[in-house]
Amino acid sequence: MAQLHQSPARSVFGSLVLIAVIIAGGAAAFAFTGGWFSPQRLTPDKMVDALTPPTGEPLGHRRNHAKGICFTGVFDANGAGTALSHAQVFTRGQYPALGRFNLGTADPNAADATVRVRGMGLQISTPDGQEWRSAMVNPPVFPVSTPQGFYELLLASASKDPDAMKTFAAAHPEFAPFGAWATKGPWTGSYAEERYNGLNSFVFTDSSGVEHTVRWSLLPAAQPVSVSPDDLAKRGPDFLEQEITERVRGGPQRWTMVVTVANSADPTADPSKAWPEDRRTVEVGTLTVQQIEPERDGPCRDINFDPTVLPSGIRTSDDPFPAARSSVYAKSYDLRTAEAKDYPRTAMEAKP
Amino acid sequence: MIGAGQRFTPLQRLLHWLMAVCILTMLFIGVGMVSTVMPKYLMLVSIHKPLGIAILVLALVRLVVRLRYGAPPLPADLPEPMKLGAQLSHYALYILMIGMPLLGWGMLSAAAYPVVLFGGAHLPAILPQSDSLHTLLWDAHFYLAYVFFALVLLHIAAALFHAFVRRDGVFDAMAPVPTHYEIAPAE
Repeated sequence: MAQLHQSPARSVFGSLVLIAVIIAGGAAAFAFTGGWFSPQRLTPDKMVDALTPPTGEPLGHRRNHAKGICFTGVFDANGAGTALSHAQVFTRGQYPALGRFNLGTADPNAADATVRVRGMGLQISTPDGQEWRSAMVNPPVFPVSTPQGFYELLLASASKDPDAMKTFAAAHPEFAPFGAWATKGPWTGSYAEERYNGLNSFVFTDSSGVEHTVRWSLLPAAQPVSVSPDDLAKRGPDFLEQEITERVRGGPQRWTMVVTVANSADPTADPSKAWPEDRRTVEVGTLTVQQIEPERDGPCRDINFDPTVLPSGIRTSDDPFPAARSSVYAKSYDLRTAEAKDYPRTAMEAKP
Repeated sequence: MIGAGQRFTPLQRLLHWLMAVCILTMLFIGVGMVSTVMPKYLMLVSIHKPLGIAILVLALVRLVVRLRYGAPPLPADLPEPMKLGAQLSHYALYILMIGMPLLGWGMLSAAAYPVVLFGGAHLPAILPQSDSLHTLLWDAHFYLAYVFFALVLLHIAAALFHAFVRRDGVFDAMAPVPTHYEIAPAE
């Protein structure tokens, strides 16, 4: 600075050029950080674009798992989970639960029998003001190891090239266990008969500060009955929503939450890899679904089941998916809340 | 020209430079986090929220300090349009320093996201859940961030213009340490 002041010879023009260079550098750094010079960067926008089904953007709906129905109920913690995490949700007691049964499709009008993956979004709230949100699915493993792999799967699925999926599967050997489940695994006729698996690993911290890397699942109390997809197709496009509504009207439906603890060498960063069957499991409580409500006016509609909304005592692990899901879900949420007019509520008109 | 001693108080200069670092960090984190799906996304978001609240608190403190201690007068020979630009841009900066964190907090509230700070501490919702409010606030937060960054660049350009071209003491009034210009009379 002193130098500048002592050199009156420095021209005004030179100073202006220097200022322009500094400002342009700042703007360029900002643009670089925003990815404007990095077309290869996998952004939430790209992922959302790749999710768009042939039927077009599902305006007003989630960009994936677009078809769903809301539920409310309670989570009864039995206290056993306190051995793994100090989160209040594991302390023996009853906590309100809100969730959404859904189909793994980007088309909100898909016929139920055409969609292989079924899911559950869940939010449990505790008196300490914290929330635990989770979104689980019924396959036993995730199809790919990385968010980039998932993006490539979306591109291959949407591709007009008849060999696209073969090429994808060859490049992604981790896809095989999921592929086997998708083609040979059983189908059921009810959301209530599905097992919902968290698949991603998270880290639980117990009250002594010891960390445990875990995955969790919800195991149905209802006995699963295998039904062929052909028979399911005869039940109508919305049979799952009609069935669960009737079923819960007849009585609450329950799932046991089971937490599986990884051993030190288990693949915690890769949801396409199952952990060995003999790993320690802890039954931490029971989810009871007491009421079903259509999504259009239901309490789950404007909830983003972002799996990184976690109470103190649970945190993300080295699994890269929760971060990717969080960023893409946020994009989906921002889009659909801005499109609410395309998915109008009916409650106001229906009320007398 | 601003005479000797016509500088912002040390507290004002401390707040200015501390907030300059916070706000630039905040803007870069913001534009970076919305453009990635990688694990750093969560790290960036977890800094963005508490840092935003910190900026809100600092901005409110700064506003009180500014109202109490005022600012050195602009040079008498500064052209009127530049004076007006300086005044308006500073109003805009104060509005954004206070408004952006409130928009962010309100936007998270309207989306029913918990607003989590460091150590699991969380803030209450300041608005009811509403998709239309969320959209309005989200749009404002997003687009005003670019306006904010453009204003910051303009502010830096103007500061450097005062320092390098006009050499009128305006930059020195907020310089973190006394500059050559100020100590010159003692030489």
